[in-house]
Order: sequence, then structure tokens, then C-alpha cells
Amino acid sequence: MISNTGFWAFLRRDLLLINRRRGEVASPLIFFIMAATFVPLATTPDAELLKDIAPGIIWVMALLATLLSAESLFASDYQDGSLEQLLISPQLIVMPVLGKVTAHWLTTGLPLTLVSPLLGLLLSLPTDGYLPMMAGLAVGTGCLSLLAALGAALTVSLPKGGLLLTLIVMPLYMPVIIFGSATAQYSIQGLAWTGPLAILGAMLALAIALCPLAISSVLRLTTIN
Amino acid sequence: MVVGPSLLSVKDLCFERDDTQIIDSVCLDLSDGEILQIEGPNGSGKTTLLRLLTSALTPTRGNIYYRGKALSECRFEYLSDLLFLGHQSAVKVTLSAEENLSWMTGRSTVCEELLSALDSVQLTGYSDVPCYRLSAGQQRRVALARLLISDAKLWILDEPFAALDSQGVALVEDCMQKHLDGGGSVVLSTHQPVAMKAVRRYSLMDQAIQGAV
Repeated sequence: MISNTGFWAFLRRDLLLINRRRGEVASPLIFFIMAATFVPLATTPDAELLKDIAPGIIWVMALLATLLSAESLFASDYQDGSLEQLLISPQLIVMPVLGKVTAHWLTTGLPLTLVSPLLGLLLSLPTDGYLPMMAGLAVGTGCLSLLAALGAALTVSLPKGGLLLTLIVMPLYMPVIIFGSATAQYSIQGLAWTGPLAILGAMLALAIALCPLAISSVLRLTTIN
Repeated sequence: MVVGPSLLSVKDLCFERDDTQIIDSVCLDLSDGEILQIEGPNGSGKTTLLRLLTSALTPTRGNIYYRGKALSECRFEYLSDLLFLGHQSAVKVTLSAEENLSWMTGRSTVCEELLSALDSVQLTGYSDVPCYRLSAGQQRRVALARLLISDAKLWILDEPFAALDSQGVALVEDCMQKHLDGGGSVVLSTHQPVAMKAVRRYSLMDQAIQGAV
């Protein structure tokens, strides 16, 4: 029995574990920056053209970067037996799961949000777009992390589950990416951008409430082998 | 002496996976202060049986009773009293021995009890080294240090002697003996003969309990 079963305990431990292998955290972030850099190289450096597609590109890259890091969410816990210990702990595992996902968001979604102005600069995003884009990313990457964790839980017992995870999670990402890029798009077009942001917020609230429950049940199912 | 319901009692336990019967009608009984060794060749279902006992797997048929109550009625109580050590020892290789043990037992890293437990498993001087620098046997010892701190009543140990040297084996046996003397119980699976006199053995092949009562 592991007696540390709360939200904070898992958040702290996962952050400590991630801190010990910082390179893994840096990879999705570097991917995010590099992949977005290719767009002006491959298409056109014309600021007028780029500004229309900038929010969309940043969002697609954020999505891919989140997926890249998702596989490791439960993988090491599964391999070393920590997950088994967690599953036979007397408490419900919803809060530990939420703690782990929060640690994942703090080390992927949050850094992505923080470096996104740099990408905005590379893709000549208009000045009005920065704040809405960052607000949208901060909220939206929360949804992305929670959904990615669901995919990670479903594929945890598979040896090469990464691609399958991507295929499972991608369709669930559609509403997030629609309203996420709309947040920045609206502000560039001079429309009120708080509407799509509010919908993103609602999606995050729903995901926080439901995803940990789904993830816990899925973990119980997938670890039976 | 009043005979109460036994600590753990297993009735007609069956487990099937993909239409293969892995565990077939196992019946067991374990009282306080008893030790039971599960025997059987590789692939006979020792680990599956132990995982069924920890409730990580759900049996296809049959029931497990804890102090006379069905497991579904006293899950919290049962799991709070249980310590399970599996094949994978749940040691995080990026954390130090100290941090691992502190995580597993919920004690702080400066706790005297924790440090002395690491001393007892001969990891003195290694307590702040990341576990990936330790050998397989040393990592196993980190996990086994849990036994010294645990206040769980029932220990379920899957191959506790794996990767250990003879000194380590003696240490675990000593640890189990203390646990039994204190009224605790142990279920373990191992291929090695256990040098403890009170050991009862359950063979998954002939489905019978042998040895001292």
C-alpha cells in the first residue's frame, strides 16, 4: 500500500520526476518552435499571408507537441509497478490521476503557452492576437493534456502505443482546436474573442470533471493482463 | 481459545483469460501469524493468484473473504491492511533510495525510522544516490526496506527473493519472522525453499496445502 494518494503528493512527485529528466520536457517544446519555423520557410515569409494562418499553425503545433509528450504520462509508472501499487491503494485514484495530469500540463501546456509569443513573432501574428492566443492556449492546453492522458491510459499496456494514442485522441481534439484558434482569429478580425475563450473554459471544466474519472476506470481495465 | 473468522479466506477462486483457465478452484485459508508459500512451476499462475488476492484482478468466479467479510464489502479496510510487493518493485530509478522509500511509506526523508531501515538493508551510503546507479539487487533492497517500516497486517510478496544474495534472503526471512511474531501474516510465492519452520505450502499443481499448522 502506498500511503501518498492525494492530489498534491502526486503533483509534487511527478514534478520531481520530470525535473530529474529535464531533457524529455524540452523536446516537445523545441519541436513546437522548430516545426512552426518551417511554415514560413515552406510557404511564404509574406506577413500579410502569414497573419491569417498564424493562429491555426500555432494551435496545430501545440496539439502535436502535447501528443508527443503524452505517451510517457503513465508509461514509466506502468513499467516499474507504481501504477499497480496505485491501483491497489485503498483510496479512489481520481485525485492522484488529476495530480499527474496537472504535472503534465505544468511541464508541457504551460511552457508552450509561454513560448507562443515567440512563434507569434516568427509567423507575424498581429499585436492584437497575442493576449487572446496566450489565454486560449493556457486554457486549451489544459483540455489537451486531460484528453491526452485518457489516450495514454488506453494505450499504456501496448508496447508501441504512441501512434495509436494519437489516432484515438485526435478526433477528441477537434472542438478544442476549433475554438482555440478562433479565439486568436476573432481578435485579429476585430471581433469579441471572449466568446470562444468562454467555450474553451467550459470544455476545460467538463474535462476536469470527467476525464480523471474516465482515466481511472480505463487504467483499471487496461492493466488487467 | 476463541476461533474467529480467519484473516484471509479464499473460496473456489477461478480466473479465466481469453478462454484459458489460469486459476482453477483455489481454496485457501490464512490466519493471523501464519505464512503461506504458493508453489508451482513457471506459468502455473502464482503471480495471477497473488494479484487476485490484492484485488488488482477480479476473479471470474469465487470469493475472497477478509475476516469473514466478502472483499467487496470491506475493500478499503482490506487494502489499508495490505502490503503488496510485485515483480516490478515500484522503485523509481530517477529518485534516490531515500526518496523512493519516503514515497512508498509516506514518511519524511529525514525520518529516523526510514534511515535505519535503509541501514538494515545495507544501503548505508547509497541513500541519496539515484536508483539507476544501483544494481538490480540493491534496487530490490530499496523496495524491501518497505517491509521494515510497514504497519500492514497482511503481506503479499511475489518472488521477494528475486535478485537477492544469500544475505539479502536471510534479511527478508528475518523480517518476515518478526512480522509473524507480531501477529502479521504473509503470502509469498517463490521457487526457493524458505528456511522458516512454520511455512505452509500451497501447490498450484496438486491444489493442496502441505506443511506445518
